[in-house]
Order: sequence, then C-alpha cells, then structure tokens
Amino acid sequence: MKILVAAKRVPDPDTRIRVRSDGAGIATEGVRFALNPFDAIALEAAIRLKEQGGASEIVVVGIDAETGVETLRAGLAMGADRAVLVREVAPLDPFAVAKLLAAVCRREQPQLILMGKQAIDDDCNQTGQMLAARLGIGQATFVSRLDLGPDQSTARCGRETDSGTETVTVTLPAVVTVDLRLNEPRYVTALGILRAKKKPIQEVTPAELGVDPTPRTRLLHLAPAPRRKAGVRVQSVDELLARLRDEARVV
Amino acid sequence: MNFWPGSATKRGWSERRPSVEALSHLLVLAEHAHGRLKPVTLAAAGFAAQVCARAGGTFDFLVLGEGVGAVAEALRTYGAARVLVADHPALREPLADKHAHLLAQAVGACGVTMVVAAASTYSKDVLPRAAALLDAGMLSEVVAVQADGGGFTFQRLMFAGNVLGTATLEGPVRFLTVRPAAFAAPASAPGLAVVEMLAVEAVTLPNYLTFQAREEKVSARPDATEARVVVAGGRALKTSQEFEQLVGGLADALGAAVGASRAVVDAGLVPNSLQIGQTGKAVAPELYVALGISGAIQHLAGMKDSRVIVAINRDPEAPIFEVADYGLIADIHQAVPELVDKLRRR
Ligand SMILES: Cc1cc2nc3c(=O)[nH]c(=O)nc-3n(C[C@H](O)[C@H](O)[C@H](O)COP(=O)(O)OP(=O)(O)OC[C@H]3O[C@@H](n4cnc5c(N)ncnc54)[C@H](O)[C@@H]3O)c2cc1C
Repeated sequence: MKILVAAKRVPDPDTRIRVRSDGAGIATEGVRFALNPFDAIALEAAIRLKEQGGASEIVVVGIDAETGVETLRAGLAMGADRAVLVREVAPLDPFAVAKLLAAVCRREQPQLILMGKQAIDDDCNQTGQMLAARLGIGQATFVSRLDLGPDQSTARCGRETDSGTETVTVTLPAVVTVDLRLNEPRYVTALGILRAKKKPIQEVTPAELGVDPTPRTRLLHLAPAPRRKAGVRVQSVDELLARLRDEARVV
Repeated sequence: MNFWPGSATKRGWSERRPSVEALSHLLVLAEHAHGRLKPVTLAAAGFAAQVCARAGGTFDFLVLGEGVGAVAEALRTYGAARVLVADHPALREPLADKHAHLLAQAVGACGVTMVVAAASTYSKDVLPRAAALLDAGMLSEVVAVQADGGGFTFQRLMFAGNVLGTATLEGPVRFLTVRPAAFAAPASAPGLAVVEMLAVEAVTLPNYLTFQAREEKVSARPDATEARVVVAGGRALKTSQEFEQLVGGLADALGAAVGASRAVVDAGLVPNSLQIGQTGKAVAPELYVALGISGAIQHLAGMKDSRVIVAINRDPEAPIFEVADYGLIADIHQAVPELVDKLRRR
C-alpha cells in the first residue's frame, strides 16, 4: 500500500520567535527551520510500516516556495521514497492546504495519509480533518498508537483525548493525524542524505492541480503576545504561604 | 488492492447555505461527558453572546449524543434562542464522521453564519471536518473578537502562545474554536430556550469509524480546565508514586486539579490527559503551582494566562521563574511536604 505523508517547514521548536516590527510576519533572520516535529513523527510511522512490510511506497508532500525542497530532502533522507512539492508562495490557510493536498491525493491514490496533528507555527490543528472531509474518507486524529488491520482495509488507532485515550478502527483510505507519543523519529544518517540526492522531487503548481488556493482566513497583523513580568523570589515556604494568603488572596 | 473511493465528498445539503446577512446566527456546539454538560461549553456561549451583543443576532446550542436530555435542559438558561438536539444511539460515541456530518447538516438547515465551540480534542476533531464539508474556513483558539462595520476580526494565539495574530475569516459560514479562559459564561437569561429535536436517520450517516474502547482514569479531582487551582509536576518527579504523593498531595491540600509537563507524560508516570501546554491542555486557573517544571515555551503556552503562578524549582535559572509571580528556589522533596503540612494545619 502507498502512504502519503504531509510535510511542513516550520521554525525549529527551540528557536525564540520574534515578531517583525511592521507586524507583517515573524523575523526569519537567524531562525533555523525544520520539518514540523509532528510531521516527522508521521513520517517515522510510515517508515516503520514500510519496514514491517505493511507499505510499498512513501510519498512525502510539501506545499511551499523553493525553500520547501530542503524540508522534502530531509524527509527523503529519513526514508521516504519520493516527494511532491506544490509550489506556492502566497500565504495559505488549512482550508487552502487541504484543497491542494486533496488534489495531490486524487492523483496519488494513497491508502493511508499520515500527517501531524498540528504545525507548531500556526497551531491550527485543522488540515488533516479538512482533508479527510474533502476526500470523503474517514479520519483518526491525535493518534499515539497505530496498527494496520490484517487485510489492510482498516487501521486501529489509539487517540489521545482530553479525558484519556480512545481506540477506534477507521476504514482505509483514511487520514491519520499523529500525536507526540506515537514514536520517536529517527535521526537522518549520512547514508540517508546520500540516498536522498537520487530520489525524485516532482514539482507542481496549484494551477496544474486545478485548485484555486485562495485562503478563507487572512492574517492582518502579528504582535508579540503580552508577556508576564517576573514576580518576586520568596525565601521560605512560610513567606510563600503568607503572600499567597495576604497578597494574592488565593489560598 | 485499492480501496480508494475516488470521489469527492457528497454534500448536496450544503447548497442550502445562507446568504451573507447583517445579523449573526451562531451555533454553539455543546460538549458533554457521562450525561453531564462540560462547563467549557459556556465559554463558547460567552463568545456567542459577545458577538450577538456587538453585531446583533442570536445563538443556538447544538447537542449531539445519546441520552442527552439533561444536557439540553441545562443549556436552556443561558440566553440561547434554541437548543437543538440530535439524540440517537448512533451518536453515543463522539465519532468525528457522524458528529461532523450532523453539525454541517444543522448549519445548512438553520442558516447559521458562525459555528463556535470551546477548544478541546472533541471540537478540534469535529469542527474542521464540518467546516470542510461546507467549504468553509476556520480559526482555532480564538481569544478575542471585534465587530467592525459588518465584518469581524479575530485574535488568536500562534507559535506556542508567543504571537497574537489578528485575522479575518471570509465565507458565508465561519467556524471557530475559542480558548475557554478568554470568555466568561453568559449571564443567566430570563427566558428559557426552546428545545428542538432534530431527526437522525442513522442509515444516512457516514460510517468510517468504529468505536472500540476508552481508557479514562477516574479521579476524584477536578479537570485542570475546570479547576480554580492547578498543581502541576515536571521531570523532577521520578515515579508515579512520588508524583501522586507530592503533586497529588499538594493538590488535595488546595482542593486543586493536577497537571503535568510533557516530560512526565512521556515517561508514563501520568496519563496524557494531564499534559498542559502547546499540544496538551490550555488552562488559566486562579492559581497555578509548577513543581519541578523548567518552563519550556511549549509548557508556558498552556498556563501563562493563569492569574497567579507559583514556581518551586531548585535551579535559580529555570525559565519558569520569568513568568512566576512567586518563585521559591528549593528542592520539591523538602518544600512540598512542608507546604502541605502547613496548609493542613491552618
Ligand atoms: C512539538 C513539541 C510539543 C511540545 N508540547 C509540550 C506540551 O504541550 N507541554 C509540555 O509541558 N511540554 C511540551 N513539549 C516539551 C517541552 O519542550 C519540554 O521538553 C518539557 O516541557 C520539559 O518538561 P519539564 O519542565 O518537566 O522537564 P525539564 O525541562 O527537564 O525540567 C525539569 C525541571 O525540574 C527541576 N528540578 C529537578 N529536580 C528538582 C527537585 N528535586 N526540586 C526542584 N526542582 C527540580 C529542574 O531544575 C528543571 O528546571 C513539547 C515539545 C515539542 C518539541
């Protein structure tokens, strides 16, 4: 079976994000970009399924400007077989991304679509669900356990919810969005990087896919979120208790 | 083998989309568990009431489930025009395919212009799916709304809560989740909302998902999103016994909920439902006590809107002290038992 993995390029989770002074975006100088950590987990899950004989091919798909090539190469170096880059420089939202991914899926006909539950830049947590709806297929979100059924017609998914975990089976093809505890993605090896150079990256445009990528949401302005000021250091448990009681009035 | 259906979503009923109109008609998706309304629903209603007050309009609740009569009844006093109820055994489990289908159907049938729910794993699963069924866009984790000349702008958090984005959302129907802490419940209204039952034809519902099992740790303690006080533990806790003794012990002394950093959940000390942060729960209690938590931005994203933050950490350089109102540099193994003891002796 073929697995499609969606891959987004985002600022590395350890970088400090600063907003540009004109509020039009974040400052990118000196910011390291990487594959969205959740997407890396999705790709790792795909690679493990392939290693266990459950998958024949892994296609990694990015929607980005030229810079997207870098992210896709990283995915190929991890173990994907080939890549598709939808070239688009205009700002997109999950609505537009889901439309573009749906068009790629119709071409590629994967039986399983794996993606991160959210991207750590815009924190939307929408794209996988929207994609599944657009394709008229099922979805299992926030998945931290994934097993294919014996005839690969279903997947058994453990989902992390606000109250604990829930197990569902979903009919394939389906979109599965992954959570942090599904696996720990492998590191890229030198051999992986070497191999990735020979793997194909196909480029398409939204127009070639027949998709109008006009987003429904428009970001007008960014501002740093209000910051808390550091308070006081208390010297003892007694002082802490006194201040919580008399100053903050919370105990 | 190819299981690919190869067809786009059928959505005949979405043709009945409303035209753009001046007055808003909001639909608030209610959340409930074990026959009980989840209080976060009222934050979404608070958002809806705010929009109605500023731009004119009305709001309805939608309750999906089985045996949800009491939930519907509880929603009648919050100023909604109607409480729409789809009560059917097929809706017993909150499966996204069926719930999104019915939500989209209700939106189409009732001329809804805005759909809102409190941000939760349920709404995050269901709303984007319903939005896409209606060719609509969505904004997640909205914290403020402005009405300006017939349009709306929304504020939402991005980049692990570091950035506040101002955004518009176009289209005849808008979908939103809101941060519960950002919106107060609406005041009780004099009249009672009308309860309307929606017909559910089980055979027409999509059937991609089958519920298998649920694992929930029953706890006498409140949920972190609903509690006035939250005590959270980090990697300083080495075993689940230690977590229960120190974090649980202090929580009980304060009548608080417990929470945890990702590190502790990953280590298997506590269930995932306790994780606070960018990818866990966002909480904003009156008092948040962080025990042995370093204060990574991903953790801060879920708790920095708390009214009062206390941090106990033995590392004076820990970033958690940059957001704490009261910081105590101490080993939690000494400080916490002393704290519990003195709280109990009051
Ligand atoms: C994509 C992504 C998503 C993430 N999402 C989340 C999330 O939702 N929530 C979350 O919490 N994290 C999240 N993280 C992880 C986050 O980056 C941190 O790794 C995590 O929060 C660290 O947890 P911690 O503070 O418990 O552990 P550490 O960073 O290891 O800190 C432990 C602290 O305990 C102190 N300490 C140790 N022993 C004692 C003692 N005896 N007494 C007092 N103090 C002591 C230490 O000084 C230290 O400050 C995410 C990371 C990524 C990449």
